[in-house]
Amino acid sequence: MKLQELNQSEYPVPAELENNIAITSLSQLYNWGRRNSMWPMLFGLACCAIEMIATAASRFDFSRFGFEVMRATPRQADLMIVSGTVTKKMVVPIVRLYNQMPEPKYVLAMGACASGGGPFKEGYNVVSGMDKYLPVDVYVPGCPPTPQALLYGMIALQRKIDGQSIANGDDVPWYGVSSAEPTPVPVLGPDIIDPRQMDMIRRQAEAAAAELPSIGARDLPAATALVAASATADATAVADAPPVDGDALNFVLPTGAAPWAEAEDIREKRRLRALARKALRATRRAVAAEEE
Amino acid sequence: MDLAAVAPEKKLDSTSIDEAIAHLQSEYPDAVSPDDREGYCGVIVERGRLVDIARVIRDDLGFDYLSSATAVDYLGAGDHLEMVYHTYRTSGGPALVFKAQTDRDNAEIPSLVSVWRGADFQEREAWDLMGIHFPGHPNLKRILMWEGFQGHPLRKDWREAYYEEDQKPFDSRWPGGHVHRAEEKNVFGKNVTYPPDIDLGRLMDTSEAAVYQSLGLGVDVERIMDKDGFETNELVVNMGPHHPSTHGVFRMVLTVDGETVTSLEPVMGYLHRNHEKIGERNTYLHNIPFTDRLDYISSMGNNHGYVLAVEQLMSLGRKYNPPTYRCEALRVMMVELSRIVNHLWAIGFWLNDIGAFFTPVLYFVQERERILDFFEAVAGSRMMCNYMRFGGLFGDLPDRLKSVSNLTNDRVRDYNTMQFLTEMINERIPRTIDELERLLTQNEIVIERSVGVGVLTREDAINYSAAGPLLRGSGVAYDIRRAEPYSIYPELDFDVAVEDEGDMYARYRVRVSELRESVRILKQILPRLEATAGESIWADGKPGAYAPRVPHGEAYGRVENGKGELGYYVVSAGGRGGSSNPWRYHVRAPSFINLTPMGIMSRGHKVADVVGILGSIDIVLGETDR
Amino acid sequence: MYGTGLAKGLMLTLRHFVESYVDDIRYGFRKYHHSTDNFAIRQGTKTKGVITVQYPDEKVAVPERFRFIPFLIVEDEDHPTRSGKDWCTSCGICAKVCPPQCIWIVRGNDPVSGRPVPEPEAFFIDIDICMNCGYCAEYCPFDAIKMDHDYELASYDRTTHHIHDKERLSKPNSYWRSIAPTRAYEEMLARGAWEHKDAAKEARRGAASARTSAPKPAAQPAPAQQTADKPSPEAAPAATAPTAEGAAPWTEDEAKREERRRKALGRKARRAAKRGG
Repeated sequence: MKLQELNQSEYPVPAELENNIAITSLSQLYNWGRRNSMWPMLFGLACCAIEMIATAASRFDFSRFGFEVMRATPRQADLMIVSGTVTKKMVVPIVRLYNQMPEPKYVLAMGACASGGGPFKEGYNVVSGMDKYLPVDVYVPGCPPTPQALLYGMIALQRKIDGQSIANGDDVPWYGVSSAEPTPVPVLGPDIIDPRQMDMIRRQAEAAAAELPSIGARDLPAATALVAASATADATAVADAPPVDGDALNFVLPTGAAPWAEAEDIREKRRLRALARKALRATRRAVAAEEE
Repeated sequence: MDLAAVAPEKKLDSTSIDEAIAHLQSEYPDAVSPDDREGYCGVIVERGRLVDIARVIRDDLGFDYLSSATAVDYLGAGDHLEMVYHTYRTSGGPALVFKAQTDRDNAEIPSLVSVWRGADFQEREAWDLMGIHFPGHPNLKRILMWEGFQGHPLRKDWREAYYEEDQKPFDSRWPGGHVHRAEEKNVFGKNVTYPPDIDLGRLMDTSEAAVYQSLGLGVDVERIMDKDGFETNELVVNMGPHHPSTHGVFRMVLTVDGETVTSLEPVMGYLHRNHEKIGERNTYLHNIPFTDRLDYISSMGNNHGYVLAVEQLMSLGRKYNPPTYRCEALRVMMVELSRIVNHLWAIGFWLNDIGAFFTPVLYFVQERERILDFFEAVAGSRMMCNYMRFGGLFGDLPDRLKSVSNLTNDRVRDYNTMQFLTEMINERIPRTIDELERLLTQNEIVIERSVGVGVLTREDAINYSAAGPLLRGSGVAYDIRRAEPYSIYPELDFDVAVEDEGDMYARYRVRVSELRESVRILKQILPRLEATAGESIWADGKPGAYAPRVPHGEAYGRVENGKGELGYYVVSAGGRGGSSNPWRYHVRAPSFINLTPMGIMSRGHKVADVVGILGSIDIVLGETDR
Repeated sequence: MYGTGLAKGLMLTLRHFVESYVDDIRYGFRKYHHSTDNFAIRQGTKTKGVITVQYPDEKVAVPERFRFIPFLIVEDEDHPTRSGKDWCTSCGICAKVCPPQCIWIVRGNDPVSGRPVPEPEAFFIDIDICMNCGYCAEYCPFDAIKMDHDYELASYDRTTHHIHDKERLSKPNSYWRSIAPTRAYEEMLARGAWEHKDAAKEARRGAASARTSAPKPAAQPAPAQQTADKPSPEAAPAATAPTAEGAAPWTEDEAKREERRRKALGRKARRAAKRGG
């Protein structure tokens, strides 16, 4: 069976056949070949890049896992190792590079900065995690991760690839029936603007102008779902809109709907559980004392 | 006038700092006044006369080297912005500090680029981050942030999107430390804030002209991009920020005529991670691990510079014990080891840039792995050593470099520390340097590619504030370890490496000599370590406090790092008891300022040479962009 | 002469290639055996060049001072009285000294009286912010937070895996002793016992009262001995020392501390007098 046929919508694999021996072993073979010839893109961002080079050098040598062919062009790369702090200025080229990589493509966030902003998270020019813009497959914590920690992350990525099936379109986009959309490249304005959030920015400006109750972070999913076909159209609409009042953009977040309100519940539960544990320990201790 | 009569004009360039200040005051009584704030030094110059007086300082008094130009925002303490200039004589000696003040709205200070070209990038940085306008500057554009960014972030009243409090530690961490992610508190979840008058329509303009307009190129992009007619003979070529040979996320925009570079504009800020803004929120101690991440190849040197600056401030107070001899010896050893790492790395990657892709690097960085093993066993981390403390160190050398099995398949090692060091210093590192020299020094390919390429003359090197091997490769024997010695360097026997040619090859030669000199220093350190074994690394025998109070004042601590002069300008603005957070924390980064002459060095060379020239400057982006 | 530059480079590679075999012969091919001794030779200062670490099959063990992500020490399971109890007293010094402020602590409160208890109710470390600087461990006055050596933490999802809560952070004291025997031993000497400062204090107070009143068969120093048989060989013989009467290292400290306390009181009195006058 040709692989391309599997990917076409005319030949969907029935659910009962998904674990069919032919397909699973084909998946295995395919994944085996792919995971052992991962070509990372040759670019380094910050401190972690030095450890990435150390991992590539003779002592740790990631060519033992098939990672050695580092390509300077995204067109030949399978894997993007985001090795270091992603700044707002740098995320623009990074997203563009990611869009230029052919599928299947993977992103490995190396170090605390690429995962979640790291020690520089509070900084005004720092993106709080690569996953704010790109789908990250593996996160490697550490500041910086030692070469062995990076190798562990690479093995984790290989495991992940092993688990993916060419039969299941929902698993990864490139095995699915639709072609993947390129990630919109962020725009550098007064601050960085994610085109996916254009609509939200516009609506907030409007809300501010109309002095309606402000929009909280909770509205984010709904807002992105409502994004109009063209972000540019929205943008021009905003340009035509009357100037808005400055203070109104200082959002007062609605108390009930905030995402961390949920966390409050969890925290409360956790606290109760901790107390219960503590009580249990106390009783256990008392029992032990009695037995003595 | 009297003073000028006593001291003949030609002698002025060797006067002491006090005499120089006295001379300035007597010559310009209406424009120069002494800076008499507590703990401050130098003079305050009336900004209208700044350029004239700077000329006098350079030409008559002989302070020909502008080390650092820093902007400070004194919000709430005079409500003015201040530019602080540190100037030195290339013959050695301490700094003459002069300052110019301006009010916060409508900030304007005349540019000193006409006096010192080295002020170029530093003034652009001050404009970008502090919003001071410099009339007379040839290309006053933002340098670290992008053109169009809202606000000047280092002003004290500017708050970032994830702003929590003015100073650390934050109250939300303890005792009611319910965990939150900063993005949860931000409406967009992406560390952004937007001004009320945001104009989304204009931002979608991604035309070629718009992309390059903010760079201030000396060429008309529109004309060059015009494909009609034959008048177009120049081409704009973009290199980076994603380019394997720009040593990180550095970008250059070249204008080329055929293959020949006619102009070059460095574009930076792709790794600007707000070191200084974060540094001013941090306590003094918090900043040490952050300095590790400046020049991440030689973190020990970064620690040293910062610790020296804060110790300078602390010595203004009453309760201060200078570090012990053993502590100083250990510091010097660590710094010299990281210098070796730095130069091996620099030479390796420079070869990468001139065409010997990666194989030589593998041979040169193998010694680095051993040194990093040592750092890991002593300081706890391979790269981010975080080893030095105010008045001491994180810990003494362990008796044995011993690992412990923890994970499956862990293989342990156990070496005697002094034996390991002795073997490294006496055998392995010299062997690697010999090998390197055998391969490169007389290598015809290296000579063909590097002799006469990227020439920086002696005058330009000084005027452009070049530092480190870039300065010494141009015939200026200026090494801070000798020019203004710190730590135990005065008693150590070593030579300042210097070459006269000023080209890529000369810089390579300087680096190789410095490798040899570092080994020479290390060989002198070993007996000192043995002699002081058992001595405490802390002056009073116990580690310093976690929240030291630092007396009011300013300090500029500088060290000769692998890449050049690394300086820290720290202002403490505490009350009577001192402060626990720096008011201003500025890093004079050699990688940043060494890029100022990049344009003149590349002019007339081929595109392929530009990469090599950049490699011979030896930059690291963590420090360039901070 | 043209071509020598290239030849030089090739010669260098060739020499390294040959040297690796010369080294093999010198060590009688022992380098390839998967034993610890040979590993130390391979990765030491004696071999020429560097030799690849076959990562998942053999790992470079990290040194004692190595720091990665912090963890919290709890008392060992087999401790007679304080089993599973936190060493952390939620004093908050680690949260204050943390440069990127990645530590969150909820101070414990007694559910009945509402007063603070020396035990954190919740403890979080966001490892996406942590910069592995080791300050928390360095400045903790109770030796309760330490830097872990486990670097194999890669995950597929950071939202659920990268905020370590108290449960995830807590590791027994014996784990710390196994990954850093020398330092654990030094800390024990400074503290006076293998267990927590408070426990040691209690034990000592108990011992003192026991000596004055009726002697009890249940010996207080037992836990120290019990736990001391596990750590590294050089630590073991000395570890029993604190239990010996009179020779205990903390008695000296106690005297010094007492003197210091007296001095402090004197200073305080003087200050008070000065303020009054």
